[in-house]
Amino acid sequence: MSEVVKKFMYVNRRAPYGTIYAWESLEVVLIGAAFDQDVSLLFMDDGVFQLTKGQDTTGIGMKNFSPTYRTLGDYEVKSIYVDGDSLAARGLTQDDLIQVAWEDWESGEEKENIVEVVDVARIKELTEESDVIFSF
Amino acid sequence: MSILHTINKSPFERNSLDACLKFATAGASVLLIEDGVYAVLKGTSAEAQIKGALGNLTVHVLGPDLKARGFSEERVIEGVKVVDYAGFVDLAAENDKVQAWL
Repeated sequence: MSEVVKKFMYVNRRAPYGTIYAWESLEVVLIGAAFDQDVSLLFMDDGVFQLTKGQDTTGIGMKNFSPTYRTLGDYEVKSIYVDGDSLAARGLTQDDLIQVAWEDWESGEEKENIVEVVDVARIKELTEESDVIFSF
Repeated sequence: MSILHTINKSPFERNSLDACLKFATAGASVLLIEDGVYAVLKGTSAEAQIKGALGNLTVHVLGPDLKARGFSEERVIEGVKVVDYAGFVDLAAENDKVQAWL
């Protein structure tokens, strides 16, 4: 295992189901968990639709992968950021989004929900602080 | 000649909705499917455009695609008709042709 811990940020800008981007991003995040890095996810533009509550794909014959987001806290994902402007433009608020719990197995530290709505200034900071950015 | 226009792209990412509404003639039917369904949600930046279109077009949305994305019918703009797959078939059959805005 690498000694150097880098800050990885996954930027998600596509809606789920219409294209494969959202699902592919999730797969990479889950695989990447094996590398013990500092991982955060950012959802902006149509990517915010990936986190909506109550997705039910029985009618379209596709796998509903939204429950998987709720397990990300167990896959080394420490933070999930959502662009507030993108939510507002789509008539959404944080209440429309799923919650993701997080727990550090070593320290026992817990967070009920790591999904955080942020503004443009904060997104700029997060981008600057990242060592590696993956775009989907 | 009556035309059914289908739109399967998000109005926030592509201009399929803009193009369709610009060229659709009065009385035509529009059906939002796949990522196109986001256009008919209340409170979005596309709401005024859909409300404007309802004046001379009939607008439909595919229910299973809405449900897959976590939205109930209550979130849909008044005047937009929610249809199922059978309704999609009916629309295709009732109209003389289908124009898909990809």
